[in-house]
Amino acid sequence: MNVIVCIKQVPDTTNVRIDPETNTLVRSGVQSIINPFDMYAIEEAVRLKEKFGGLVTIVTMGPPQAEEALREAISLGGDEAVLISDRAFAGSDTWATSYTLSKAIQKIGKFDIVICGKQAIDGDTAQVGPGIAAFLDIPQITFVKKIEDIKDSFMRAERMTEEGYDIVESPLPCLITVVKEINEPRLPSLKGKMRAKKIEIKKLEAKDLDTDPDLLGLKGSPTKVVKIFTPPPRKGGQILEGEAKDVCAKLVELLKSEVC
Amino acid sequence: MDYLLTEEQVMIRDIARQIAQEKIKPVAAKYDAEGIFPWDIVKIMAASDLCGIYIEEKYGGTGGGAMELVLATEELSRACGGISLAFAATALGTFPIILFGTEEQKKKYLPDIAKGKKLAAFGLTEAGAGSDAGAIATTAEKKGDHYVLNGTKQWITNGGEAEVYTVVASTDRSKGARGAAAFIVEKGMKGFEFGKKEDKMGIRASATRELVFTDCKIPKENLLAKEGMGFIVAMKTFDQSRPGVAAQAVGIAQGALDLTVQYMKERKQFGKSITSFQGLQFMLADMATEIEASRALVYACARMLDSGNTKVSKDSAMAKLFASDVAMKVTTDCVQLFGGYGYMRDYPIEKYMRDAKITQIYEGTNQIQRSIIANHLIKESAAK
Repeated sequence: MNVIVCIKQVPDTTNVRIDPETNTLVRSGVQSIINPFDMYAIEEAVRLKEKFGGLVTIVTMGPPQAEEALREAISLGGDEAVLISDRAFAGSDTWATSYTLSKAIQKIGKFDIVICGKQAIDGDTAQVGPGIAAFLDIPQITFVKKIEDIKDSFMRAERMTEEGYDIVESPLPCLITVVKEINEPRLPSLKGKMRAKKIEIKKLEAKDLDTDPDLLGLKGSPTKVVKIFTPPPRKGGQILEGEAKDVCAKLVELLKSEVC
Repeated sequence: MDYLLTEEQVMIRDIARQIAQEKIKPVAAKYDAEGIFPWDIVKIMAASDLCGIYIEEKYGGTGGGAMELVLATEELSRACGGISLAFAATALGTFPIILFGTEEQKKKYLPDIAKGKKLAAFGLTEAGAGSDAGAIATTAEKKGDHYVLNGTKQWITNGGEAEVYTVVASTDRSKGARGAAAFIVEKGMKGFEFGKKEDKMGIRASATRELVFTDCKIPKENLLAKEGMGFIVAMKTFDQSRPGVAAQAVGIAQGALDLTVQYMKERKQFGKSITSFQGLQFMLADMATEIEASRALVYACARMLDSGNTKVSKDSAMAKLFASDVAMKVTTDCVQLFGGYGYMRDYPIEKYMRDAKITQIYEGTNQIQRSIIANHLIKESAAK
């Protein structure tokens, strides 16, 4: 069972400042961490390895300092680490990022499952996982809260929905994105940390990948950010009190006057 | 202060810190109130490879020594002085095997301890033999290819939870301390039972029980060192383990100070934060200075041990004495700085004061430590 985990290094705070000029995150002075949802992806991959054997390869696309995130992932049980880094990738939106990651995954070679966190806490798009599956032309199961079973190149998983969960089956290879309900990530081990310190990180640049230059970085990114702002807080609701009969009548009246 | 730790030591400290802050701190009050043994935390320590940091690589550890042990014990104790003891008391029970075990004994017992599959404990104290360890009444009678143990050990940390016990018993009571021998006893051996779990003032997450031996047959291969060496095994073990208790004290004191500074920043009286009052600032400064001095003494002592220096009794006693007295003083002052809230169980600080007290008592009371130090001084002076 060879598993590839895609992770992202993100700023360690939910209150990062946004530069009003460029509409991008101000990253300076903020400590970097592995995207919290990706921690569940790493843990699930390591558990699959412990159960079925095989290798866990951790992949990230980012600036050279994203190497720290890869080393941390190794200390948590990953076997190999790949850093995809090139100036040509700068300014990638979710489309260009998914494209680049899919090309890197093809380059890495044979795999059974790709696991991503459901979304990153900085961009919050939840698009890169599904995007990679689309570019790789493999099935995907998003928001997985439990892998029920894997056998004979087949996976059955529980996929979280707002009302409950769906049970979805997929042939392998496939891509899943995971939610925090799936597991409790372990803490790093001493042997893991020692291995992480020594491991050689494989580096991939644009020239190493079979890519179309027009689809990379800012040039390959159709997304245009017009404005980023904090939405106004939701106004408080109205509570109707009294006998059910009177309250219902009042509610109908209110709905008619305010909604219609 | 920068103690010039190796990369690996920094990793160990960081792992222990992460376990303490993320996993132990949130449950410390619960374990203290309910007095449950922290097996879930032990499993986390095991998975993070902490259990083998003072055990040689060939026996499944990561090859560190006293310094690694004190770094981890200190960090774990910052969050809970009771839970950290599951780890530290295992080291105490394991040192006799590390120091005096044969190759066979080491191969048999150390790997499971290093992996965290088994905990260990050390059994010396009895109802009538505490500071006067030579007065032990538990007997070991040699009969053919085994020894028969009879007697009761009291207040044994990790008692009932540990699988491996090193126990000191007398093979010849007429010889006093020179008639003692140390044995490895496994939980489940016939004639080996546990007494009730003690209800303690502090370190309540730690299990303290009697070990009761009634015609308990121990294979003769489980004798550590030789007959007559039991007291030496115990003393050499304490030389190794006292920095561990001292580190527990440093951790308890540091944890209490951390909480106190945080509380004082939030607490307002006379319209301002109480950190702005110079009288209280002086208390903080004194506490921080004394903790740092304890830490420096403990680390220096641990490094001495790791360098292979065997003449550490005096220094090891100094580290244990100083760090535990500081922990008691600091935690008492921390309760004072919390004021009325400090006296309430709803706040975490009084637990630190309760936990600190034991560090002045066990592994040799601080009065015994002073005797050890003074005796060395007098002997050194006579040798000049």
